[in-house]
Amino acid sequence: MRRLSGTACRGLQELRGPLLVIEGVSGIAYGEMVQVRDTHGELRYGRVLEVRPEAAVIEVFEGTAGLGLEDTTVQFLGTTFELGVSSDMVGRVFDGLGRPNDGLPAPPAVAWRDINGRAINPLARDYPREFIQTGISAIDGMNSLIRGQKLPIFSAAGLPHNELAAQLIRFAKLPGEPQRFAIVFGAMGIKHDEAELFRETFAISGLQKVVMFLNLADEPSIARIITPRVAMTAAEYLAFDLGMHVLVVLTDFTAYGEAVREIATGKGEIPSRKGYPGYLYSDLASIYERAGRIEGLPGSITLVPILTMPNDDITHPIPDLTGYITEGQIVLDRNLFRKGIRPPVNVLPSLSRLMKDGIGAESTRSDHAHLANQLYAAYARAGQVERLAAIVGEEELSAVDKRYLAFGERFEREFVAQGVNEDRSITETLDLGWRMLTELPKEELTRVTEEEIKEHLP
Amino acid sequence: MATQKDPLGTVIWVNGPVVRADTTQQAHMMEMVFVGKERLIGEVIRLRGAEAVIQVYEDTTGLKAGMPVFGTGAPLSVELGPGLVSTIYDGLQRPLARFIERSGPWIDRGGHFPALDRTRRWRFSPTAPVATMVKGGTILGTVQETLLITHRIMVPPRLEGRLSWLAPEGEYTVDEPIARLHTRSGEITVTMSSRWPVRMARPVRRRLRPSRPLLTGQRIIDALFPLAKGGTAMIPGGFGTGKTVMQHQLAKWSDADLIVYIGCGERGNEMTNVLREFPHLEDPKSGHPLMERTILVANTSNMPVAAREASIYTGLTLAEYYRDMGLDVAVMADSTSRWAEALREIAGRLEEMPAEEGFPAYLGTRLAEFYERAGLVQTLSGEQGSLSIIGAVSPPGGDLSEPVTQQTRRFVRCFWALDRELASARHFPAIQPVDSYSEYAQDLITWWIDQEPDWARFREQVVDLLRRDRRLQQLVKLVGEEALPDEQKLALHGARLWREAFLQQSAFEAVDRYTTTRKQLAMMRVLHHWYHQASELIKRHIPFYRLAELPVNERIMRMKLIPNEEVDTILQLIPTITAEMDALARSMQV
Ligand SMILES: Nc1ncnc2c1ncn2[C@@H]1O[C@H](COP(=O)(O)OP(=O)(O)OP(=O)(O)O)[C@@H](O)[C@H]1O
Ligand SMILES: [Mg+2]
Repeated sequence: MRRLSGTACRGLQELRGPLLVIEGVSGIAYGEMVQVRDTHGELRYGRVLEVRPEAAVIEVFEGTAGLGLEDTTVQFLGTTFELGVSSDMVGRVFDGLGRPNDGLPAPPAVAWRDINGRAINPLARDYPREFIQTGISAIDGMNSLIRGQKLPIFSAAGLPHNELAAQLIRFAKLPGEPQRFAIVFGAMGIKHDEAELFRETFAISGLQKVVMFLNLADEPSIARIITPRVAMTAAEYLAFDLGMHVLVVLTDFTAYGEAVREIATGKGEIPSRKGYPGYLYSDLASIYERAGRIEGLPGSITLVPILTMPNDDITHPIPDLTGYITEGQIVLDRNLFRKGIRPPVNVLPSLSRLMKDGIGAESTRSDHAHLANQLYAAYARAGQVERLAAIVGEEELSAVDKRYLAFGERFEREFVAQGVNEDRSITETLDLGWRMLTELPKEELTRVTEEEIKEHLP
Repeated sequence: MATQKDPLGTVIWVNGPVVRADTTQQAHMMEMVFVGKERLIGEVIRLRGAEAVIQVYEDTTGLKAGMPVFGTGAPLSVELGPGLVSTIYDGLQRPLARFIERSGPWIDRGGHFPALDRTRRWRFSPTAPVATMVKGGTILGTVQETLLITHRIMVPPRLEGRLSWLAPEGEYTVDEPIARLHTRSGEITVTMSSRWPVRMARPVRRRLRPSRPLLTGQRIIDALFPLAKGGTAMIPGGFGTGKTVMQHQLAKWSDADLIVYIGCGERGNEMTNVLREFPHLEDPKSGHPLMERTILVANTSNMPVAAREASIYTGLTLAEYYRDMGLDVAVMADSTSRWAEALREIAGRLEEMPAEEGFPAYLGTRLAEFYERAGLVQTLSGEQGSLSIIGAVSPPGGDLSEPVTQQTRRFVRCFWALDRELASARHFPAIQPVDSYSEYAQDLITWWIDQEPDWARFREQVVDLLRRDRRLQQLVKLVGEEALPDEQKLALHGARLWREAFLQQSAFEAVDRYTTTRKQLAMMRVLHHWYHQASELIKRHIPFYRLAELPVNERIMRMKLIPNEEVDTILQLIPTITAEMDALARSMQV
């Protein structure tokens, strides 16, 4: 954070939740940064949320605990929240507000960037088309990840989303020179051991270009609204100034959303669903939409946000709004997890919207799209049959339905499930998919062409 | 746009996109204003005493109390004239290309750019006779705006007088005079450009009852839930169920003359996709690039919220302008929910009393005003023009009982409900075939029967089978399909055939993405024939499983992959069906 001075003011009128109201001030700018000094001289940071006549409402990122109305001073810094960026950020660990957290001094800034970023002009975007092989069949075969995509993992408490993300980071093969890859990792309210898992993953996979921003579970929750923004600011610098291909992993957006809700409640705003403010959609979009590619610039930002669905409920506002903004989602499923399927990816509610333009003869294989469609249709039917079998009993199923049942079973055990160290090439994944289809009568395979059947069906 | 030199007042309060100003001069409701040093664009939305409440269409970060607010004396308007088509604008009609020239790939606030190119010369061909009386809507001449759009230069609405001078054939900029009118209030010069306030519907002579279909090439729509030219439709559906793909399909393939595509609070990449794809896709009618008949209005989810609210009206006004030329215009708005949420956000910051789920009580009124701007009309110049509106709705949690879906339903006549389960099974378009409806189906029946006398019978069969299928599925859930009598098994099979061979249509396969009316009718005839013949056989106690094994079935499943030009190949399936079924019947009698 840039060190700036402004005059210190007193005159606190109110402290409520993470908010502070100060009176007798003028010339305050909306969105301006402030420094709050408590009675012991300790500094906290905040931001102007509302400008009123001769007054301002401020959100304090570290919370207001311990502040008093009389002994607190507020200094207006005359600038928005900015992050000092440089290539020296690489390899460093920062706290959730972008301050060094690894005992080393702050890297000298080459430029200062407003952490809120600016909207990419849709006319300047380059449409993402490059397939990234993750080595995971459920993703590569059915929901391919594309460079520049925003593809979240929807998980739930106790499901192995971190393992999946770690596997993805380890095996993701991006076309291009390795020295141009970087990872930006942002943690919002996750536990120490989770952060540790990621740190180890980065070390094991020999990834050197990693920047970490950590706001852990025991740290101030309001700071979480800043963490993804500083992470995206760093990523933008690496991608669009330095030309790197950046993979950004941000976790856990549920904790982020709760911090947003806390501020909204503090302000006494009218909530929309489950107490979350009506602008949560726009708020999330202002982070997610920073991913992508820009025409004429060499770098890219691929974003994998992770969130945990409260109560396994995909209609909860956080996953729901996320799904409305991102370009698909990878959904983990408790039933599959109980069946012992790892990773427990349920491909039916999962989706990659950019897949269709990134796969095919030039990048993966010409049968990819049809095969994926066929597997989807068949697996969906298998699910219906399974539910039916639970009621009428397996014996009552028609001959065709029985084969669907067998297909579904095998698809989960052999195609979706795979070892954490198993790195499957796209050809292996597709061939495996065709092998699954041998469970079904040929007449049922109407989503693939006759030529494809001749060429690929074992 | 004239800005007053002296400020209207000063900023006293800033809360996101809502700003209050203390005014020293009179402001007007809905007046467009410029706020602060950077002259951010805003609109006056409430006046009380000296206080004006302004909704600002750009990011207000950095705005301070005490900064000036300037009035313009005019409401928020768009500029109309040649040069609109093929352009991509933001929600305030600023060309996005100009932002790139100014600030590179990222959008900076405070940009003030004219909507139309001031220097470009357009070839104007005069058509109106001089010295006659002309009035609002009279066509003065034409400009070939793109390969596909012949732009008619009209007398702006509300003007009336004697045409005293009309420019000769030649090249003119949008600012040069092309006509002079002798009116009661004096001599008025007309140029090829004019302005119109976005929140006000442009006048028409008469509204007509929609009677022609907007052909979309999407089988489930054209055959089951047709939209009329001048009609309204909504596409509600949870995330990832296919709203945007459907909107893109309609923008690409429907037989409108002009498309206005409004990306309201949605993804940047989706607009990029349109921009990259449309110049390379051909309009099926003319073979020219689709971009030549498309206007894009983009206010993506990361662009300022309040401008989302304006973008809908900006797009509509552009559409009305082309409708007034006698064109069939279709507006796609993706997503109207984001627009409603923008209303909610502004209302919340004004501390207005919320109605349902925080939405303001006037949500219904606003939606009604929006959809009411659609219609088949007789224009001021006496021609027929139409404006169709197709709005995507994004219900939270996919729950169709939420306010925006429910309120919208009151004002639209086509309801294309997308179903999560169909989407998960990759059955696209995921339009739920039983709950969806079109109130235009009846109005359009005569048109269809003119094309195909048997149309009503085909349609009846599929509608009936889908209904029966839904009822029978309940039974299947209890006893399994095997336990049903053959007649019911056939009904289930028939429904499946219609669904998979006809209703399901891929947006991404070149042969399948667009189906001509002729091919649709041929496919319907084949399916109708199959089911009709099969029912006869079942009546004669031929076991169902033998029918299900006929080789022709698989060919029917794949008939959608036969190109539009080869309709005869599809129709040849009919004698094949008859032959195979006859053979089956004979073999069973032996
Ligand atoms: N007609 C279709 N043919 C093939 N695939 C389709 C079709 N419609 C939708 N899809 C698939 O479904 C995905 C999601 O569709 P789309 O982006 O239109 O959803 P949406 O309803 O607009 O979602 P959101 O509300 O999040 O914007 C597409 O990326 C595509 O893979
Ligand atoms: Mg969409």
